[in-house]
Amino acid sequence: MHPIKLCLLALLGLLATIQTSPAASVIVVKGSTTVLPVVQAEAEAYMKSHPGLNISLSGGGSGDGIKALIDKSTDIANSSRELKPEETKLAGKRGIRPVLHPIAMDAIVPIVHPRNRVKNLTIDQLSQIYQGKIRNWKEVGGENLSIVVVSRDSSSGTFESWGQLVLHGAKVTPRAQMQASSGAIVQVISKNRYAIGYIGIGYLNKSVKPLTVNGIPATTETAVSRRYPVSRPLYMVTSGEPKGGVAGFVQFVLGKEGQRIVEKTGFVPVKKH
Amino acid sequence: MKITRRRKEKLIKNIFFLFAIVSLLILFLIVLFLFREGIPIFKEVTLWDFLFGNEWYPTYQPPSYGIWPLIVGSLIVTFFSSLIAVPIGVMSAVYISEIAPAALKEVLKSVIELLAGLPSVVLGFFGMVVLAPWLQETFDLPTGLNIVNASLILALMAVPTISSISEDALYAVPKEFKEASYALGATKYETIVRVIVPSAFSGIMTSVILGMARAIGETMVVLMVAGGAAAIPESLFDSVRPMPASIAAEMGEAPFRSGHYHALFATGIVLFFMTLIFNLVADYVSHKFREEGSGTL
Repeated sequence: MHPIKLCLLALLGLLATIQTSPAASVIVVKGSTTVLPVVQAEAEAYMKSHPGLNISLSGGGSGDGIKALIDKSTDIANSSRELKPEETKLAGKRGIRPVLHPIAMDAIVPIVHPRNRVKNLTIDQLSQIYQGKIRNWKEVGGENLSIVVVSRDSSSGTFESWGQLVLHGAKVTPRAQMQASSGAIVQVISKNRYAIGYIGIGYLNKSVKPLTVNGIPATTETAVSRRYPVSRPLYMVTSGEPKGGVAGFVQFVLGKEGQRIVEKTGFVPVKKH
Repeated sequence: MKITRRRKEKLIKNIFFLFAIVSLLILFLIVLFLFREGIPIFKEVTLWDFLFGNEWYPTYQPPSYGIWPLIVGSLIVTFFSSLIAVPIGVMSAVYISEIAPAALKEVLKSVIELLAGLPSVVLGFFGMVVLAPWLQETFDLPTGLNIVNASLILALMAVPTISSISEDALYAVPKEFKEASYALGATKYETIVRVIVPSAFSGIMTSVILGMARAIGETMVVLMVAGGAAAIPESLFDSVRPMPASIAAEMGEAPFRSGHYHALFATGIVLFFMTLIFNLVADYVSHKFREEGSGTL
């Protein structure tokens, strides 16, 4: 019997090392891939000025982050949306009070191939296109080409905001192509002159052409003033008011330097300094 | 306490038993977890509506959880990738094991092994950045992310599986069979087609089925190149959304223990049964058609 007992002991030992909770000098951050690039830059800057402190950052999506916050396996959840009712309910059951900290504004921009002649679409036209009711570019002033609708997968935060701000809850056509990340959407659109997609303003680059919405271009100014119609806040969510190292990090992100980093990563600061 | 030979023997036996039981236990726990998280969806939707429903709108109010378009997507890319991979895989195995000169044989074998080792994300990226624009330009299509693209890349992944297992099967054909065939005056071609391939048939079929199982379970490639439209395709150049792609893309953001979450796990169960069936068929075929015995002097 001894060998089996020994093996069991060894296994228990292994489990124990896995189960140990992170030391006080580690902040675990998890969640939305939209928020990821901002918090990545924030964490790098913060760790540089706070040697000894370690910020462990991962993506996975808003839902994953909030799930982890409820499971108490993360200190901060990044989210590109507010909590869903069932998430709030579950958090309540586990004795957790989620507190939302808006850290940046995200403007979602419709993008097309640079060779596409169309420059502007109204919210209504965008809605019709994504519902599959407008199917040819000539109906909105472009060439006689069919429209390939590219969307984020149906559970991404960006998809959800787009669904609320543009489609007002109407269903996206099942013929829409789904891409799993904003980077993938840019990649697809830059190679396809039939296609239309949407991304967070932080992912915009020269390989694609942004469209104006209702005649308003997506810029820092129009997003902050909320004149640009497809913009939304991004959040860091903590369990209760943040304490200790977590509070320090949240304050840093909302402070002058943190907000400068927000701007540098292509998002829109929530506070003017 | 002195370790006697007997004790040592027993100890080693126990340790090996432990390792053997661990994988079994892990599999059991995974299946248990899969079912525990997937079954609750059937409180919201009937099994029939789940499997054969045409609408996959898991995040809307009210949600619809029909995965028929996803099942069709999976089956269609698996079918077309096998159509490409089976002839290439089997014929390359025949060439390597029966025809190629020794030096070339080694080169070909290692190249195919290298192909097997390519990470799927690399192949997916290739399909997305190189193959998709090429398909689109060449055939003047609205999109290059479609069934054809996914099938081609999946075929590329299935070929090494099919080729290496087929080759093992061909290699295992007793030498006497070949010699007997030549002794009767058969040519090399006749020997291959009438003697060697039929003798290795069960192994070749097994390789084909395992190759298909690989294609149906592959996630990264279909996530990147199938386009992801959750609709029944009307042509070979339409986008589809195979089941693994749907699970991978959506699981990250589905609220914990919500209907959507359970529906994705239930999709996993469907996928589990499909690969299970593939494996059972492979097992059956390899026993049923096994060539038994060989007569030697």
